[in-house]
Amino acid sequence: MPKRDDIKSVMVIGSGPIVIGQACEFDYSGTQACRVLREEGIRVILVNSNPATIMTDPEFADATYIEPITTQYLELVIAKERPDALLPTLGGQTALNAAIALDKAGILKKYNVELIGADIDAIERGENREKFRKIVQEIGAESARSHICHSMQDTLAGVTELGYPVVVRPSFTMGGAGSGIAYNEEDLVRIAGLGLEASPTSEVLLEESIIGWKEYELELMRDKNDNVVVVCSIENVDPMGVHTGDSITVAPALTLTDREFQKLRDVGIEIIRAVGVETGGCNIQFAINPDDGRLIVIEMNPRVSRSSALASKATGFPIAKIAARLAIGYSLDEIQNDITAETPASFEPTLDYIVVKVPRFAFEKFPGADTTLTTTMKSVGEAMAIGRNFPEALQKALRSTEQKSAIFGWDKPRDAGEIPHLIEDMKRPHDGRLSLAQRALWLGATNAQIHEATNIDPWFLDQIERINEMADRIHESHEVTAPLLFEAKSLGFSDVQIADLRGAGEAEIREIRKQLGVFPVFKTVDTCAAEFAARTPYHYSSYDSETEVVPSERRKIIILGSGPNRIGQGIEFDYSCVHAAMTLSEAGYETIMINCNPETVSTDYDTSDRLYFEPLTFEDVMAVIDAEGAAGELVGVIVQLGGQTPLGLAQSLADAGVPIIGTQPAAIHLAEDREMFSQVLAEAKVPAPAHGTARSFEQAREIANRIGYPVLVRPSYVLGGRGMEIVYEEERLKEYLEAATQINPEHPVLVDRFLDDAVEIDVDALFDGTDLYLAGVMEHIEEAGIHSGDSACALPPITLGREEIDRIRKSTHAIAAGVGVRGLINIQFALASDVLYILEANPRASRTVPFVSKATGVPIAKAAARIMAGESIASLRAIGLLPRSGDGGQLPQGSPVSVKEAVLPFGRFHGVDTVLGPEMKSTGEVMGIDATFGVAFAKSQVAAFSGGLPTRGTAFVSLANRDKRAAIFPIKRLSDLGFDIVATAGTADILQRNGIPARVIRKQFEGTGAEGEPTSVDAINNGEIDLIINTPYGVGPRKDGYEIRTAAVLRGVPCITTVQGLAAAVQGIDSLLHDQAAVKSIQEHARDVHWDGV
Amino acid sequence: MKSVIPSILVLEDGYSLVGKGFGASGTAFGEAVFSTGMTGYQETLTDPSYCGQIVVMTAPHIGNTGVNGEDGESRRMWPSGFVVRELSRVVSNWRASGTLADELDINGIVGIEGVDTRALTRHLRDRGAMRMGIFSHSTGQNLGELIAAVNDSPMMLGASFTEEVTTSKNYVIAAKGKKRATCVALDLGIKTMTPQRMSERGIEVHVVNANTTWEEIQKLNPDGVFLSNGPGDPATAVGAIGIVQQALKAKMPLFGICFGNQILGRALGLQTYKMQYGHRGINQPVKDLTTGKVEITAHNHGFAVRAPESLEFDTAFGRARISHICLNDNVVEGIELLDQNAFSVQYHPEAAAGPHDSDYLFDRFLEKMGSHA
Repeated sequence: MPKRDDIKSVMVIGSGPIVIGQACEFDYSGTQACRVLREEGIRVILVNSNPATIMTDPEFADATYIEPITTQYLELVIAKERPDALLPTLGGQTALNAAIALDKAGILKKYNVELIGADIDAIERGENREKFRKIVQEIGAESARSHICHSMQDTLAGVTELGYPVVVRPSFTMGGAGSGIAYNEEDLVRIAGLGLEASPTSEVLLEESIIGWKEYELELMRDKNDNVVVVCSIENVDPMGVHTGDSITVAPALTLTDREFQKLRDVGIEIIRAVGVETGGCNIQFAINPDDGRLIVIEMNPRVSRSSALASKATGFPIAKIAARLAIGYSLDEIQNDITAETPASFEPTLDYIVVKVPRFAFEKFPGADTTLTTTMKSVGEAMAIGRNFPEALQKALRSTEQKSAIFGWDKPRDAGEIPHLIEDMKRPHDGRLSLAQRALWLGATNAQIHEATNIDPWFLDQIERINEMADRIHESHEVTAPLLFEAKSLGFSDVQIADLRGAGEAEIREIRKQLGVFPVFKTVDTCAAEFAARTPYHYSSYDSETEVVPSERRKIIILGSGPNRIGQGIEFDYSCVHAAMTLSEAGYETIMINCNPETVSTDYDTSDRLYFEPLTFEDVMAVIDAEGAAGELVGVIVQLGGQTPLGLAQSLADAGVPIIGTQPAAIHLAEDREMFSQVLAEAKVPAPAHGTARSFEQAREIANRIGYPVLVRPSYVLGGRGMEIVYEEERLKEYLEAATQINPEHPVLVDRFLDDAVEIDVDALFDGTDLYLAGVMEHIEEAGIHSGDSACALPPITLGREEIDRIRKSTHAIAAGVGVRGLINIQFALASDVLYILEANPRASRTVPFVSKATGVPIAKAAARIMAGESIASLRAIGLLPRSGDGGQLPQGSPVSVKEAVLPFGRFHGVDTVLGPEMKSTGEVMGIDATFGVAFAKSQVAAFSGGLPTRGTAFVSLANRDKRAAIFPIKRLSDLGFDIVATAGTADILQRNGIPARVIRKQFEGTGAEGEPTSVDAINNGEIDLIINTPYGVGPRKDGYEIRTAAVLRGVPCITTVQGLAAAVQGIDSLLHDQAAVKSIQEHARDVHWDGV
Repeated sequence: MKSVIPSILVLEDGYSLVGKGFGASGTAFGEAVFSTGMTGYQETLTDPSYCGQIVVMTAPHIGNTGVNGEDGESRRMWPSGFVVRELSRVVSNWRASGTLADELDINGIVGIEGVDTRALTRHLRDRGAMRMGIFSHSTGQNLGELIAAVNDSPMMLGASFTEEVTTSKNYVIAAKGKKRATCVALDLGIKTMTPQRMSERGIEVHVVNANTTWEEIQKLNPDGVFLSNGPGDPATAVGAIGIVQQALKAKMPLFGICFGNQILGRALGLQTYKMQYGHRGINQPVKDLTTGKVEITAHNHGFAVRAPESLEFDTAFGRARISHICLNDNVVEGIELLDQNAFSVQYHPEAAAGPHDSDYLFDRFLEKMGSHA
């Protein structure tokens, strides 16, 4: 019996903003689910607050609500849409927790909504540690010995039996948030304290330490007929103790015999049955004692997880898609395997290749953060690579991270004396550990020594030894022969690595390789190890005998993706790449995607006509171009949609004769080169803040003295404001320059006059050589100086008049024309004293493209791709891809206001200052959309921060002197709305003089008073403060408010750090108190907006 | 480091790949077949059904966990050759007692590594299973002669290996715990795990030589007869087919696996045929047509029972039906008699290597023997 016919409409909940532990893998899974459900003729109602997702594109659901994922808003959607069923297993922990909350609140029952894909009891059994342990015991398997604790007292009692080290895991948190390993009582009190706080049920589990054991994961699926399949096994190269999201992992498991593997499988199947995941997927983690094989079940996720996305990409078995089909009544054998198109989904994929996933960290963004890897996930992204052996897959994955330090190198002196230090260093799991192991082995440490220090399986270490031995042979060989090259390549060596070992250049090695005819072949991911023919061109490169790329005579466009997620380059860029693939396929091109990020929609084999899962380096991209160039016409390569990664390849690709479509590399360079760009600005008659380009401290000092402090300094060619800083004095300028040369020695440092108190404006526009389409004008809610990625912004701009927008349009047009843009351009302007300055222009897709598309209802990334392929704005207006008239700068009557808010990962990095600056730190974003700014802002806050804006309670205020004047009015309003105001002495003084009843609270450095009067930090820690307004002082490292902001993060209290943000918050609170909350789908918004003045 | 022995593999149609030798050196001929299991190479190599074949592993890293004293499925390794992409240099497993290369050498099995096993698999998939030769110490300068030699080697169709693999001495595997039934297992190439699975269920298993007569079997007074897996063309297994017919006549409960399924099929009057490239792996979806449930199963068969025109059909022993099919290609995977207690499956419920989804079939056998007693 196939599909259930009693389900006509399904509500799908997304995972909200990208945060550490929950990234764009849930856009991938949610998008697949929406697609499947609509194919089945079901009405899809989607709720997700994250505008940068493909799933929230209007065509993926019948009703798309970009609304906060909270019980209140979800109930509004349910009441309005009355879905038959709710599918909560594809939006990560966020969606699952939201569904549990809806159930607990009786809302599902009230509106008669059936939960599909999981039921509350099964979720409970899977996620509640006590219940889960019981299940494991009942099926005859073992869990780690442990204690459930609900208080610190429990915790301290529990550890006496288990001993140290002990693992602390809070219940119901995602990405292992709040968990850690305690080596002593001090650790325990700290970690368990945070864990009890983080767990929604105030519950932590203390567990016997199995650190160093082998770690495995299985991805399973079960259908309503109790058919179960194991989709994928994953082995962690980093053993137990490091969160699987932070581990280097490999699929399939490589160091188990069949007996051991089948035991995992048997236990896994027993668990999925006993937990009662009726239809859908789950992920189960296991530990195995390497000395005797004792098997321990760690945990399960009764839903689609990050590992499911990885497993789907690793095997070609689309877990989310199949989970969605199972949820509506299909059984596994009724679903076809897309890739073979003739065999069913009720089988277990088998791999004839090796997949390696490597995490990407962002510790450089958070100075002071502890880089030790623990059971709390800290990585912000991941890269996956496929090869025909482990060394090849590993080396491809390492270079896919685009972090030079991650790539194995042999250039440092060979001093065996280093070994003891290296071994000592690698005992602590951290992001660079594998490189240390590689180096120590190269220096002569034994496999056994490294195994002892790291517990990494000797098999993996031997593979690294193979790589080292090959490196020596490459280095020592008299000449580069074809067999030597072939062998090196089949162990994953890049041309760059070989060149370094030979003291040659990359181009030279490439040339030798060409002459010797050593080229990669492309194999296919086919789920079945070639047992059946594959219909889906999902390819990876390898050095082997036979290539499987079927020549195609069609006109092709290659789209370069954006690689692993990192801060500053994430899902927003993947969004644009996916749009390009969709629209260019529609326009009749064969679209070819190259990317290495397994979390994304772009690496779904359904997205493009052909998918190459490859690192985004010159060599790897050229290999695809060469393979595809064998037949058909390569119209060109798109480099401007995937962020800095593909942009960085533009020039070298062009130099190799590859056609780049859209904005040309020379134009990209023009925009990046300060001196050349100044001329463009001069011709366009747009002023930039006074600035200069410095190649030394002396030059920088001279510039700063000339233009006046404060100055904004940054290296050229960066994304996400990496290394950008506002400098207020010469001494700091000197420090900065000393450090900056290490960031990027090839490029100079830019020194700009920093415009204090300016309004920052972000613009995305399309230009086709003649016409400009101003896609969106966003006004930042924080002042200039905070990275645009971290700043909340509003579209349409809330305080800009028509005349100002016209000026922006004219300037944008002039700059786009001057640079030579074909496609997208993003410009940041600053409006100060009625002068419109340009801060920066980037001739590429920006982070805000999806937000602008959602806020205005216009698919600008699609339009950009079509312009790059040669179409004009006029023709796109004619076919309706762009509005027939008007643009994002003059939105029609009835247009809603959208607010984008950034989501920051400070909660993950204890000891890191939470203040915002010109360097981007956010991992994700949410959008609030409504008729007025206040409501839209309030929604954005609810969506971004648990609890959102408070509507009553106590506000703590501590202001920098320069902010005091501007803050009086909003604080007065806050007081009138019923808030108690407490403030530090100086601030309180001024507030009182303005008729605001403000209580004085002690500053942190004053310490607790004689009568026990709390300091501001005490008050925050005691939970007495509901809202914090703390604007930091402008000079130096701005440490003053550090403790306040840290306490705010730890306690989850909203903390406002700018006056502009305060004003917005007060408007938001006002609207929360006075307006009825309402929801409206973006399809409804689009219906109510009449572009053509109709 | 051992010196590299250049080796070449050659198919009867002239396809060849050069690699490196390991295990025994020399020349090996056999039917080239590919196995897609990602684990279980030791079980595969010790499975007598691979006698006369050269096994190509599609999983790229082989030998990682070495070999151990527990996982062998018979007294020796059987294939004549073994083809892998990469042989592990080290062994990593707490149960390991030796390396795969040494074990192959001891068993005289010629191995070749460093070849594009995926290309080879695709070739075999598209052209069908065919004869292969592995020649160590050769890079194929005399390729023409090598091809000719491969073409002179024996074919699988019509081949019988039963004499080679069957036990020379009958033996008994005692029931674990309370004895609940006795069965005679005709050893056509039985795997160690099969009597184990029965023994675990309280079945005493008498494993007997393939040439044992029906009279001799009867003397053991069994509650049921079991037909094992095994190599070769079922059409040649005339003796076993005769025994099955006699057992059926005597209404003796009967259970067959793999080769045993083909023999039951032939005993019932069905035809068997050689498949294009067979099923060899541990991920095959088989549907039990009675319950509608799907089992993930271990397969190793190059022959199959030709499906009759309808699922239910008449035989000399009453009504019979096709009980299981492979969902990938609808190949017959199980047969049962409706009027008596005889059934068989084409796949391996004993697993080893492979999933344990189908071990309920041993319970079913016990039940059927129980009703006989």
